Amino acid sequence: MRSSFRRQSWLIAFPVILLLLWTVVYPNAAVIAGSFENGLGHWREFAASPADREALWTSLVISVASVFASLAIGVPLAFLLGRFNFPGRRLLRAVATLPAALPPLVGVIAFLFLYGESGLITRIVQRILGMQEAPWRLKGVGAIVFVHAYTMYVYVFLFVSAGLERFDATLDEAASGLGASTWQRLRRVTLPLLMPAVGGSALLVFMNALGSFSAPYVFGGGLRVLSTQILASKTNGALGLAYVETTVLALSAVAGLVLFRWLDRKRRYTLASKGGRKRREIRSRRIQILTSIAAAIIVIALVLPHLMVVLVSFARDGVWTTQVLPPEYTFENYRRLFSESELWRPITNSVSMALVATAGNLVVCFLAAYLIVFRKFAGRGLLELLVALPWAIPATAIALGLAATFNRNDLFSGRILLVGTFWILPLAYFIRDIPLVASAVEGSLRQMDASLEDAARGLGASWLLTMRRVILPAARPGLVAGGLLAAVTAVGEFVASVVLYTHANRPISMEILAQLRALAFGTAAAYSVLLIFLVLLMTLAARSFEERLA
Amino acid sequence: MTAAPRARGAEAGAGVLALNGVTRRFGEFTAVDNVSVEVGPGELLALVGASGSGKTTTLRIAAGYEQPDAGTVTLGGADITRVPPERRGFGMVFQHYALFPHMPVEENVAFGLEARRVSKAERLEKARAALDAVGLSGAGDRAIQSLSGGEQQRVALARALVIEPRALLLDEPLSNLDPTLRQAMRDDLRAMLRRVGVPALFVTHDQEDAFAIADRIALLKKGKLLQVGTPEELYEAPESREVAAFIGRGTMVPAIDRGTTASVIIGGQTRELNVNRPKGMSLPYGKAFVVLRPEALELVGQGGNSAWPGRVVNRRFAGGVIVYRVELAGGVTVDVESASGNAHEDDNVAVAPTKGPFQ
Repeated sequence: MRSSFRRQSWLIAFPVILLLLWTVVYPNAAVIAGSFENGLGHWREFAASPADREALWTSLVISVASVFASLAIGVPLAFLLGRFNFPGRRLLRAVATLPAALPPLVGVIAFLFLYGESGLITRIVQRILGMQEAPWRLKGVGAIVFVHAYTMYVYVFLFVSAGLERFDATLDEAASGLGASTWQRLRRVTLPLLMPAVGGSALLVFMNALGSFSAPYVFGGGLRVLSTQILASKTNGALGLAYVETTVLALSAVAGLVLFRWLDRKRRYTLASKGGRKRREIRSRRIQILTSIAAAIIVIALVLPHLMVVLVSFARDGVWTTQVLPPEYTFENYRRLFSESELWRPITNSVSMALVATAGNLVVCFLAAYLIVFRKFAGRGLLELLVALPWAIPATAIALGLAATFNRNDLFSGRILLVGTFWILPLAYFIRDIPLVASAVEGSLRQMDASLEDAARGLGASWLLTMRRVILPAARPGLVAGGLLAAVTAVGEFVASVVLYTHANRPISMEILAQLRALAFGTAAAYSVLLIFLVLLMTLAARSFEERLA
Repeated sequence: MTAAPRARGAEAGAGVLALNGVTRRFGEFTAVDNVSVEVGPGELLALVGASGSGKTTTLRIAAGYEQPDAGTVTLGGADITRVPPERRGFGMVFQHYALFPHMPVEENVAFGLEARRVSKAERLEKARAALDAVGLSGAGDRAIQSLSGGEQQRVALARALVIEPRALLLDEPLSNLDPTLRQAMRDDLRAMLRRVGVPALFVTHDQEDAFAIADRIALLKKGKLLQVGTPEELYEAPESREVAAFIGRGTMVPAIDRGTTASVIIGGQTRELNVNRPKGMSLPYGKAFVVLRPEALELVGQGGNSAWPGRVVNRRFAGGVIVYRVELAGGVTVDVESASGNAHEDDNVAVAPTKGPFQ
């Protein structure tokens, strides 16, 4: 019934929207309000501070540079793998997405072990050139962009590869039939049609780089970026300033989003999924050899960080000083992780917090996606916005908002005390992963024929039976995939954790950082390996679950 | 247990399904405008119209998925306007069948019984019987994806029948079938629907489907009901120009209404035609329109006095007859069916009406 339908939609939508307003909008509003608590005072302070102006500028420079670096790697790699056949292609394809499997902080420390002042590659180059000092220092903007390029080019690669796969081969054939040269076809046909994929992935890199915390935190040296500056202000007790910095960071993200949308405004075409283009064999023997050598180098560069972390995890703490490779190996690091309760604690913390957050994501995002896809009601636009919002807000800003909001019990203003408790980190993970899980479930539900719900009701099924027997099975692939991604990001989460953790609920990422500071590289690496192993385990569990049900 | 129950006119609740002055607006747009139709037990009524005519919305109102802004829906005299679809006990066949892709065939068919908390053994037994009734014996554990379009349609029908529906509603039941299958399914569908003995309302944009299956046809245009009647009535006595234009092929020409005849003037040649006057048309000697159907025209030899001269612009073989498209004077183009294939394109011919009556 239309009227009771509307009532029923609202019955489900109301709690979901309320929860999102409370956890997503309210904290950020509190941050913005907090930045004005002193009138324009904090803003003047921000504007007058050379450190903050430098931080804003550096953040933007790093983000833009990361976009170009990721494009420079991702686009050619996608073309190479998508259009050409050469010995070693399959191996390269298999490892091309490997960097995405590294939790952010683990990627950073792997680079430290490889390219840091006492890193493997640095030492090798130093030996070969017979230099007294390290040939480079892994510090500053260059180092940060280097790490970003390694971890974020994967977005570009995946988007452009997908675009190439959907590319209608007959368009290319039509262009060559009209007399266009290879270069003309690339410039006038292929690249323009791939622009949506390039633009979408560039936006993703920009947002990630802007909110990135681990690389600037570890490699920044004296360098200031907004996300680290926020933590510094908060730690120094300058909360008002931290609120301004957070607001500026969030505004930069939104400005980036709007700018990309504006640049992309004219594209109204989609690629038809005719696909089916054959990969070209490389004919020239010389080029074939060169390609294979290049592929081998790329494969090594991609796999090396993982291997290095594994290797260092067996190194005895404190003995790796000036040698190229750690001199002593032991199982001691792992034995201690599993036997010492203080070291084991972060692991149970991360796993339980990730599970709680993911469970929350599954319930809330399923309901939200169901409402968005199948129901027409007055608040639907609002719900869509709320679900997408956390994506546009850098994690540091989300965390600071939570810290500013859930810091005391005051039911009158809708605040409860979560800071310092177990629940604050799962809440942060939950918020960060809402867009991810919701869009995965939405994708599954949109593939479902909308009349299935009508059919079930027409056959006399109650709402609950319809949900259980029809909607839930249709949403399942999205729930599994989204839930997996959420659990994987949550278990290795660092950026929000560093703002909100306490000693009792410290996650693995914070413990890795602590061990790194204590120069216990072996232990830090052992945690990292364990984290990678956890991610792998979850992936396998999700896959077998999906296979068992399918 | 027969899966397709016989007419149950005596049972409580079985009876005439009626839409009474139903109106449904979407914002400014009136999708269904004051439509009233009745379908008796065992009767097959087709809602026919072009896309956007409001036929699907009308069906969804009958099913309870849409609520009318005005008007009521009654079944056996009882007002069910506010009864939600899950409590109407209607069987519905959706345009794309809406079979649950994650359930095998028999679970699909048994789902309505599951919702009614029928025990598993009993509902599977009934589901199998229903599948037998639609000619799909032994297909129970097949996956939906492995079925052909025609088989899916039968499963959807079995699923609607197994709940012993009080009325049957079908949304474009044949539109997803290929032409040959479609011909065969028309006869099967009519036979199966008649056997059930409850009111059956189905939507189609294809008038040939409607002619082949329905007892009566309700023609909709822009949300308004133009005419309800048997296929013959709609074809032979259209009540309005719009009905005449939609039903069948033919060319509409202006005429002067003279009671039992009408004068048609084309290119200066007047002819007096016998006509069927639509019911309710009470003002003779006024301006009117006459439909010139291809089968009511013939090619005559050149020079026939009162024939309309013209030129063949197109000649098409249509199995048994030849259809000539003839351009007459005054820009009027008519189709003429002829058994003879003597005329050719660009030939000059003359067209004369047969005895009629015309509409």
